Amino acid sequence: MARIDLDLAHAYSANPQQDSDYALLPLKMRFEDGGAYALLGPSGCGKTTMLNVMSGLLTPSQGTVLFDGRDVTQDSPQARNIAQVFQFPVIYDTMTVAENLAFPLRNRQWAADKIKQRVGQIAEMLEMSAQLNQRAAGLSADAKQKISLGRGLVRPDVSAVLFDEPLTVIDPHLKWELRRKLKQIHHELKLTLIYVTHDQVEALTFAEQVVVMTRGRAVQVGSPADLFERPRHTFVGNFIGSPGMNFIRAQVTNDAVLVGAQALTLPTAMTLPTGDIKLGIRPEYVTVAQTQTPGALPMRVIQVQDVGTHFIVTAEHEGQRVKARLADIATDGAVLVVGSVVWLEVLGAHTCFYKNEEIVA
Amino acid sequence: MSTTIKPVNQKAWFLILPVLLCVAFSAILPLMVVVNYSVQDIISPDRRVFVGTEWFAAIMRDEELHGALWRQFIYSFSVLAVELPLGIALALSMPATGWKSSAVLVIVSLSLLIPWNVVGTIWQIFGRTDIGLMGAALQGMGIAYNYTGNASHAWLTVLLMDVWHWTPLVALLGYAGLRSIPDAYYQAASIDGASKWDVFRFVQLPKMRGVLVIAVLLRFMDSFMIYTEPFVLTGGGPGNSTTFLSQFLTQKAVGQFDLGPAAAFSLIYFLIILLFCFVLYNWMQSVGTESKEGGHA
Repeated sequence: MARIDLDLAHAYSANPQQDSDYALLPLKMRFEDGGAYALLGPSGCGKTTMLNVMSGLLTPSQGTVLFDGRDVTQDSPQARNIAQVFQFPVIYDTMTVAENLAFPLRNRQWAADKIKQRVGQIAEMLEMSAQLNQRAAGLSADAKQKISLGRGLVRPDVSAVLFDEPLTVIDPHLKWELRRKLKQIHHELKLTLIYVTHDQVEALTFAEQVVVMTRGRAVQVGSPADLFERPRHTFVGNFIGSPGMNFIRAQVTNDAVLVGAQALTLPTAMTLPTGDIKLGIRPEYVTVAQTQTPGALPMRVIQVQDVGTHFIVTAEHEGQRVKARLADIATDGAVLVVGSVVWLEVLGAHTCFYKNEEIVA
Repeated sequence: MSTTIKPVNQKAWFLILPVLLCVAFSAILPLMVVVNYSVQDIISPDRRVFVGTEWFAAIMRDEELHGALWRQFIYSFSVLAVELPLGIALALSMPATGWKSSAVLVIVSLSLLIPWNVVGTIWQIFGRTDIGLMGAALQGMGIAYNYTGNASHAWLTVLLMDVWHWTPLVALLGYAGLRSIPDAYYQAASIDGASKWDVFRFVQLPKMRGVLVIAVLLRFMDSFMIYTEPFVLTGGGPGNSTTFLSQFLTQKAVGQFDLGPAAAFSLIYFLIILLFCFVLYNWMQSVGTESKEGGHA
């Protein structure tokens, strides 16, 4: 177990000239001991690079990796005492499930009875006890990946367990199951878990702290609630949530916020930098309002989607689109249909303000 | 639920007719000719007598043939015992990427391009003590090397020749198998704390199993039918020390015109190869796939 501090940058080419040459832009980050973290971002954002830098499969081109304050930048994964689970199941074909799980312990000269006990415990958690004596090669992809997970979790003294999109090959209904298991295992074993994924649901349900990455940069580190309520960067707002946050271009003058010709009044005494800004509001917080409500905009409905439990209504104001997640589309006896005009409240307690894509208030 | 049964169209059998014709002309008819010879005594082109299993009984008692068969087995297993580990070792030490790997691949495959009789001739000269590099060198080291006179020297030279000629095939197959192992396996093994030997034993070898089965089959069949190289190098001598099965059979059939016994043994020869391939293939496929019991921790 260890606290991990990163202060580094990585480029795969020898002489990085500009930002786009870096797989990881210079960053400082701390992963606390015993935490459950997720690295979330689209493909190619540098999350796997970051994971491999932590595990020691990759040496960063500059900077250091510290485990509990000790510099391990040049150390191998073995020396760092890291466990890692890969995207595709890696199993030892000729061994049984039990031998697979025992392999990392056997290589570290554990006593046979202790190995047996620990393997039994891990198999119990993963619900694989019945398959312990089966040969690993003959099992399904799900079961094989469970073995890979098990091998990652079997050593109780690891500095951290790193997961590189481990549930890619798993059936959707089993994904829930395994994610729940991982969370439970995290509670029981108190290991530091770091989980790479491009699936926000996976990240938000698994982790206590989510690191959102894009183009080699960690744009926000925060709890799932933080990411939802106050995205620090428009990328985060857009990436997290389904659908993502609405952004409305606006102009700030001395006393008002102008969206096109419509002036919105700020609810409280709030100071915003004057000039161009963006209002960010989650579709969940966009509500239907009375005509001429101070924080609302008159909008024309251009799409109504029924997604079963609720409706996604897309509306337009002077070319700017806003999506609202509404429980019901019947308001004041009238039903929202394409073409109807409705006032939607976009300025409220949950609204965030962005200048140059960064949050300002 | 629909209970209609799919209509059965027996005409589909005609689709396999071309294959049947090909196989008939390439395999079944020649084989039947041999069967035909094996049960008859052909005295002259128009006088032939049906003798039943007499030839089979005769060759079973043929001491010379037993000797050739025995030599053949020892030789084929020696070939496998040397070429397999050597080929794997070679494959493991070949560079994986870059121009070096291309260069090594070309160099390694060179010997595979040389025809059998040329290989025999090369080694015939190579082993000569007056002008041959190897022969002269061994002589210089004080070893009385003489492949034309010493039976074990001749046997070893034929073996060495085969190893030189065909180990690259095993190496290339092994190399292909190694390249198909995803990096994650090596990374996982390193994280699990596996030693180099463990990586070989638990990752590389199991992943190479498929190609190694093919290597064993090819090398077994090929070496079991070896003819040209010893024929060119030693003519089967000294004595009969390097007279392997096919040469023995050729002598019988073409040299002495004992077509009956030769045909009878050809069939047995064929069955031996078939049997061995069958057994080897099944064994190699099942190695490590049977469910282990009681292997817990």
